[in-house]
Amino acid sequence: MGRMIEIRWHGRGGQGAKTASLLLAEAAFDTGKYVQGFPEYGPERMGAPITAYNRISDEPITIHSNIYEPDYVIVVDETLVSAVDVTAGLKKDGAIVINSAKDPEEFRPLLKGFEGKIYTIDARKISVEELGRYFPNVPMLGAIAKITKLMDEDVFIEAMERSFHHKFATKPHVIEGNMRALKRAMQEVKGL
Amino acid sequence: MAIKDKLSGNEAIAVAMRQIDPDVVAAFPITPSTEVPQYFSQFVANGQVHTEFVAVESEHSAMSACIGAEAAGARTMTATSSQGLALMWEMLYIAASLRLPIVMSVINRALSGPINIHNDHSDSMGARDSGWIQLYCENNQEAYDNLIQAIRIAEHKDVQLPVMVCYDGFITSHAVENIELIEDEKVKAFIGEYRPQHYLLDRDNPISMGPLDMPAYYFEHKRAQAEAMKNAKRVILEVAQEFEKLTGRKYGYFEEYKMEDAEVGIVIMNSTAGTAKFVVNELRKQGIKAGLIKLRVFRPFPFEELGKALSHLKAVAIMDKADSFSGAGGPLFTEVRSAMFDYAKDTKAVSYIYGLGGRDVRPDEIMSVYQDLLEIARTGQVKSTFNYLGVRE
Repeated sequence: MGRMIEIRWHGRGGQGAKTASLLLAEAAFDTGKYVQGFPEYGPERMGAPITAYNRISDEPITIHSNIYEPDYVIVVDETLVSAVDVTAGLKKDGAIVINSAKDPEEFRPLLKGFEGKIYTIDARKISVEELGRYFPNVPMLGAIAKITKLMDEDVFIEAMERSFHHKFATKPHVIEGNMRALKRAMQEVKGL
Repeated sequence: MAIKDKLSGNEAIAVAMRQIDPDVVAAFPITPSTEVPQYFSQFVANGQVHTEFVAVESEHSAMSACIGAEAAGARTMTATSSQGLALMWEMLYIAASLRLPIVMSVINRALSGPINIHNDHSDSMGARDSGWIQLYCENNQEAYDNLIQAIRIAEHKDVQLPVMVCYDGFITSHAVENIELIEDEKVKAFIGEYRPQHYLLDRDNPISMGPLDMPAYYFEHKRAQAEAMKNAKRVILEVAQEFEKLTGRKYGYFEEYKMEDAEVGIVIMNSTAGTAKFVVNELRKQGIKAGLIKLRVFRPFPFEELGKALSHLKAVAIMDKADSFSGAGGPLFTEVRSAMFDYAKDTKAVSYIYGLGGRDVRPDEIMSVYQDLLEIARTGQVKSTFNYLGVRE
């Protein structure tokens, strides 16, 4: 009996948090899991806070509510830490990963008494260096795969490469940079 | 071999439409159904289907174009939501009355006002007396499976009625989940070629459709329409049996989940049924005999079958994601309780209206409904027949 992992994404409209949740679902599907990836739609506009979710399980998933007690929270934009209650319902033995150049413990005072694990990843630096532009979602995916150990790392990397070939079929030149960003993120997570 | 994939509900419906390859699709975009004609128009542009895609200027025109195409003899499909369905209103009745087997996906969304893009069932519930067959879907798999079966049901010579395949906006339409697809050629073989008996472009047998019908015959035509809906009950099960042979997936009028020995249960439709199954499993772990019925076929209404399926329960909650504003429960409650009057007189029934305008439905809220039912079962007393779940009072 495998357990079900629940993940909540916090991002800002336009940063690709929804896409990232769908990519994570795809990668987990490719490794044989049952998956859900779904956004919570609001009155969306560029820059507004948005939420997306993942459920990943070894068994079929029937539950169709939002996620209130996630195992993991991913914050794609660190300014959301003070704007949104990002640790709401986050399990005590769960973890949060924040896109930031700072050290994890610098965030502890801002997280309303959260006692679990805090990780950071400098997705901006990785993205700008590897892609030449700021697309944080792929480094965030690498970080969450590393932290959750949901999938074997090599299997995850292979699955993501297949996803990129599908997603970027019309612009194959960006695949290599995204793969480098993914692998770097898996090495550069702070707090492990 | 089935094809394992991961798709959103709207993607799954677009894939089914590609496999069905209808002669005509006429559609107008409206959230959250927009992706269906959007993805499908890509298949048209890529030459993957032979469909004539008509980009109309409103939903009223979309349904009008569907009616014209289907009357001409073309297999015709469309998709819409909420206000789009509302704008189709007068044409919905005409499609059914002219006995045109159009198949439409309804991606359920609340009706205005106030304006709201999220899910409830007020759109399709409002169309329940339009003469369309209505199939409801828990997830992307059921949306895909029901759309393929809908073609066969609609076009059957004893039915010839339009079908709505209804699934939850965003919750199902925009969520990616696992799905098993059927190979293209198997879908094509299952639905077969469309050969209407009577159609406008049949030059050898000229007919007219939709002329003035005076009191001398109108009633007989309505009676025949009602008979077609009764025939649909038989055809729906026949098609489901064939579909099960093809896929192994079983469909009926409704799904009974852990109902055999259940003492309390709920009747519910679409995605929240999945959340409620999770709750039933939790209750079963505690030794509580809880079950649920997920209604798939709301039109035609399985009056006797559903009534009988509830007869062994002590208490049942009938859950509506739409209000009738009658002051006496939602539309599903009214009809289920009417069936229970004949077949489940000893079962206590209560109404819950939930999730309007996309209000999320949490497992603990469903759990509270079962707790209410257990209290009714224990005491034999119903304190409140008409209830709202998850609303600030």
